[in-house]
Amino acid sequence: MATTSIQVAETPLVRLALQRADDALVLGHRLSEWCGHAPVLEEDIALANLALDLIGQARELYALAGEAEGAGHDEDQLAYLRNERAYRNLLLLEQPNGDFALTIARQFLYAAFIDPWWRATLHATHPGLAAIAAKAEKETAYHLRHSAEWLIRLGDGTPESHRRAQEALDRLWPYTGEMFEPAEATLVADGVCADPPGLRETWNATVDAVLAQATLQRPKDGWMQTGGRAGRHTEHLGPLLAELQYMQRVLPGAVW
Amino acid sequence: MYTQGLNSIDKIAAPDGEQAERFQARIDADDRIEPNDWMPEQYRRTLVRQISQHAHSEIVGMLPEGNWITRAPSLRRKAALLAKVQDEGGHGLYLYAAAETLGVSREELIDQLLSGRAKYSSIFNYPTLTWADIGAIGWLVDGAAIMNQIPLCRCSYGPYARAMIRVCKEESFHQRQGYEIMLTLSRGTPEQKEMAQDALNRWWWPCLMMFGPPDGESQHSDTSMRWKIKRFSNDGLRQKFVDATVPQAHFLGLTIPDPTLHFDEAGGHWVYGEIDWDEFRRVLAGDGPCNRERLAVRRKAHEDGAWVREAALAYAAKRSAATRQKAA
Ligand SMILES: [Fe+2]
Ligand SMILES: [Fe+2]
Repeated sequence: MATTSIQVAETPLVRLALQRADDALVLGHRLSEWCGHAPVLEEDIALANLALDLIGQARELYALAGEAEGAGHDEDQLAYLRNERAYRNLLLLEQPNGDFALTIARQFLYAAFIDPWWRATLHATHPGLAAIAAKAEKETAYHLRHSAEWLIRLGDGTPESHRRAQEALDRLWPYTGEMFEPAEATLVADGVCADPPGLRETWNATVDAVLAQATLQRPKDGWMQTGGRAGRHTEHLGPLLAELQYMQRVLPGAVW
Repeated sequence: MYTQGLNSIDKIAAPDGEQAERFQARIDADDRIEPNDWMPEQYRRTLVRQISQHAHSEIVGMLPEGNWITRAPSLRRKAALLAKVQDEGGHGLYLYAAAETLGVSREELIDQLLSGRAKYSSIFNYPTLTWADIGAIGWLVDGAAIMNQIPLCRCSYGPYARAMIRVCKEESFHQRQGYEIMLTLSRGTPEQKEMAQDALNRWWWPCLMMFGPPDGESQHSDTSMRWKIKRFSNDGLRQKFVDATVPQAHFLGLTIPDPTLHFDEAGGHWVYGEIDWDEFRRVLAGDGPCNRERLAVRRKAHEDGAWVREAALAYAAKRSAATRQKAA
């Protein structure tokens, strides 16, 4: 049967670029859902800013993936024409926005990981990836600052905001373990990217410091969810992609 | 976006006396009035109303376009649309700031919007049904906004004039971007071209209404013109828009949905047909396709966000208390 989907031949480098690209696009998509609905106008603008950064990163990473694959797939084909099972993003990032506390907690937990990851990737042996890292690191440093400031405000604000922030952390915590799954050994050996397990201490330090200021409890490490990198997602990704990919699936092959 | 020429003058005593004369003399000399300068109460109120309507329009205008951010057909278009809607939020922000220089708070103004007492441009009460609507809005709605707002860059009130200069730069970028979407669609597949024509059909007449009621019915023009809050008549701006837009539609190969439209060689203008002013008044009074929906969405965002704003205030209060304690 005819399909509009593409198949991608995933080498370790292609897979790495797709993982990071899908992370950025899926989180950018979630943030863009806030546009026009945020608690204050300044936050409509700020969340749109973060989303724009992430969509920009996704575009560069898809371009890199397409180039590394060498099959002529462009950024839009990679974003719009892969199915749920081919998406490689972290489960954390596809979680629905929930309330503002959940959105902020999701952003903070991820930024506290991805910002040092990009910083460590600044000196990657792959020049394309290092160039993306140079820009992305500056952006994610701001994402970390912005989300940490809000988490502190919410945690140390009113009893209600404290409760909501704590609930958000508790709910998202089981999705944080996936960030630290090891990169492919060949990539680490070749110095293409930082190995996530090595960033755990940095992440712990950031999280502990901010949670202390926010007067929030660090949830206990229990069972950690996994599967995003292998395309086994939560039920939330399918509807997100149905929306994101709608036009390209309805009118395949059109130029936009 | 978007003023609409809706702004009626408050019916309070026209100012007279020496102060008022000096004020008028400054305006006649093209002086800018600044927040701390003396101004007639009527001038102040008229400006508050106009600037806040404009700000509300920017904010409500984020909704119809925001409707397509998650479904934009390419990553490039998605980023451009998100940036555009973000710009509109920024316009709202500096317009509220300009209104605040006249002694009202943003909270008061937002309260007027959410309670239905304040108006915003009628155009945003129409739905965005297809991707082509995003092109049509940029091309036509931002295009009409530019026609309305370029003259306001020389408005007599300094903060408003300066805000408009910045806003107009961004609106013309939006307009070009919208036109480029329409161009891509009209050069695309038959389905894309049909989508573009359908969007033009639905947005054309509501866009002509953006310039406000015909000059004969307009309540404000004399005083507003004398004060240089308004510089051209509604019909004059509308004609300018039609003259600029019709050739652009022809270049796209699209048909303006007005069978009577023709070029008047003698006058050098495109002559358009009868505008449905009943529809205009109905939409303005609250019975457009999306009025209730738009306000409900704004109210929900405001209510859902109340605990966040309270938390930010509570946290700021704690911080300043802590700083005071340290200083003591
Ligand atoms: Fe605007
Ligand atoms: Fe605009």
